[in-house]
Amino acid sequence: MAVTSGYLGAEKAHAEHEEEHDPRESLMYDPLPRGVMNEMVMDSMHTTSWKFWVVLGILAFLVATCFFYAWGYMIAKGLGVAGVMRPSYWGVFLVNTVFWIGISHAGTFISAILRVMKAEFRRPFTRAAELMTTFGLIQAGSSIFMHLGRVWLSYWMFPIPNERRLWPNFHSPLMWDLLAITTYVLGSTMYLFLPLIPDLAMARDRSTGWRKTFYRILSLGFRGTEGEWRHLTTAMNIFAFAIIPVMFSVHTIVSWDFAMASRPGWSSTVFGPYFVLGALHSGMGAVAVVLFLMRSTMKHMTYFIRKEHFDALGKLMMIVSFTYAYFFFNDYIVQWYGGDKWTDTLLHWLEEGPMAWMFYQMIAFNIVIPFLTLWNKRVRQTPWLLAIIGLLINVGMYWERYLIIPVTLTINRMPFTWKLYEPRIEIFLTIGTFSMFLLFYMIASRLIPLIPVWEVQEGQMVHSLRKVGKAQVPTVSEFE
Amino acid sequence: MNNLSVDLNRVGAKGALAEEANGKWGMVIDQDLCTGCQACVAACAMENNIPFVMEEDAGYGRSLHWIRIERFWEGEYPEVRTTPYQPMLCQQCGSAPCEPVCPVFASVHSQSENLNLQVYNRCIGTRYCANNCPYQVRQFNYRDYHIEPFHANEVNRELAFTFHNQFNPDVTVRRRGVMEKCTFCIQRIHKAEDKAKSEGREVQDGEFTTACAQACPTNAIVFGLLDNPESLVNQLAQHQEHGYHQLEELNTKPRITYLKEG
Repeated sequence: MAVTSGYLGAEKAHAEHEEEHDPRESLMYDPLPRGVMNEMVMDSMHTTSWKFWVVLGILAFLVATCFFYAWGYMIAKGLGVAGVMRPSYWGVFLVNTVFWIGISHAGTFISAILRVMKAEFRRPFTRAAELMTTFGLIQAGSSIFMHLGRVWLSYWMFPIPNERRLWPNFHSPLMWDLLAITTYVLGSTMYLFLPLIPDLAMARDRSTGWRKTFYRILSLGFRGTEGEWRHLTTAMNIFAFAIIPVMFSVHTIVSWDFAMASRPGWSSTVFGPYFVLGALHSGMGAVAVVLFLMRSTMKHMTYFIRKEHFDALGKLMMIVSFTYAYFFFNDYIVQWYGGDKWTDTLLHWLEEGPMAWMFYQMIAFNIVIPFLTLWNKRVRQTPWLLAIIGLLINVGMYWERYLIIPVTLTINRMPFTWKLYEPRIEIFLTIGTFSMFLLFYMIASRLIPLIPVWEVQEGQMVHSLRKVGKAQVPTVSEFE
Repeated sequence: MNNLSVDLNRVGAKGALAEEANGKWGMVIDQDLCTGCQACVAACAMENNIPFVMEEDAGYGRSLHWIRIERFWEGEYPEVRTTPYQPMLCQQCGSAPCEPVCPVFASVHSQSENLNLQVYNRCIGTRYCANNCPYQVRQFNYRDYHIEPFHANEVNRELAFTFHNQFNPDVTVRRRGVMEKCTFCIQRIHKAEDKAKSEGREVQDGEFTTACAQACPTNAIVFGLLDNPESLVNQLAQHQEHGYHQLEELNTKPRITYLKEG
């Protein structure tokens, strides 16, 4: 008898715990009528305050000066105005490339992997993450071209038939890079576009004037018939599965630019997965920042982006941080254990040299801070706090790439040439790429629905609260 | 030596065990004879149209010399001892790390001279070859140095580049954005080959030499036909017990043998 009562008591405690947590806090169990939700998203696109235009103006100015003018100046004057030199022939431009490709990984991860895994919390922010992929890749691509000595001849890397039968060198990791990034840009742009079609059709039906024309062209005449949905779902499924290996391969190939070279600190076999995890790490952090900015600046976003989403994102960030730490120590400890003379010198240089502050900040921001904070539910559920952690992770990841490229290049097998790199015009061009990314994002936030409304509605249709006795029980029905 | 069933040379494997990978042209540098006078550096710059980069750029690590004299110190302060001077130039590797990484085949191996070439016209300036060169002997043109004002005098309010009058017509003037490096004075090789061909004979060892070897007052640099067992360079490279190759552990098969403390 005593055993039974104990069991009943446990049941009661469990029920009380459930009561504290109202299922309606979750977006999926807090449905709104379709029309209302559509209007909310349309409203969020149309509402712009003067602050929006001021920020847009500043960013446009920065893009014009720090991106286009600075790049044009560099093309006119030569790479002498940049900081590259012997031995750091690669500098901040490639740091930016790797960084932006890293940012772009979050989009694919959240939207493709979580879609395939049917993780429900992804629904309201897949679009925001996919946009990061496309815009990040634009910055990565332009950073690669910035770094070329003769950028006007960069088309020589494309396999264009010519009368001299000159052909690109497919032995070169840079060629693999070019092909992988091009594939990724095309694939991820199509993958951004496909789930956008129903939302563009929704926007078309609710707008007038030039916007209507814009949406009519982009929505490709989507009306929402059974057949159209079937085709769209099939296409999205194919792309979701196809883009995952592309995503893994792209950053692995980017890491091969370094791993294939015979430089101390670079020729490491663990670079592939290490870079992929590093990319996810910075990408997740960037998603947290973007979600926070969306939620705090755009109308109606508090309905769509909730604490539960920050919570889930925080958990993902923590897992990625653990995995990143594993690969980080794997890379460094195995290299240290190898005892190679040059690698030893390099590790000492990183730990004690003039860039040691960067090395320790990297460890603090990428590993220590996420470990110390993200286990806490209250931290994960505080949007601004998660955004700050995401920002710090991104700073740490930027430092990581900076240490891997120009700082590692300082140490080579010819001690006579050792010299520390210092960025010059690269600083402006970096500001330019960041401004351009934000500018594109702000323009996109007014032109395309940042919330995939149909995905949220689809999710809400399969989730429901059922009454069992007096309790409301969250239920999920199988779909597809 | 080669017990593999596959002929690595035939399949073109990197670092193949070719006996003939010794190369055609080679060099021997005797570090015991080198006085560090830098005559080779100056001669190379004159021969190969290498412009000055001036103090600021050179101090920042952008000097354009195809050959440099490296100096090192050994020991802690009171007991400091300089090591022999180490002239460093392109080692013309038989298995060169700079070649496979170029996306546009600007860094290629020539079959006739068996040298490592840089095609300036084809180079787009990714600088990957320079990163992958363990000897750090590839130089990048950060600016159009040959038309920088510091090479000119002002005559009637116009810049006059007297410097251009001393250019070697046999050597390309490189523009900004391209890589360059030591060519083993390939223009001299070609001149000698053409002359020999017109006279219907093979090129003889010692018929000509590179600018650096020509300028060396102590004959520390010896250049010649490496594949000719009678040649001085072959004798020195093959039969000196204190000869070594730079960074031999990387198996790049350098064509330059260094002699030290013999």
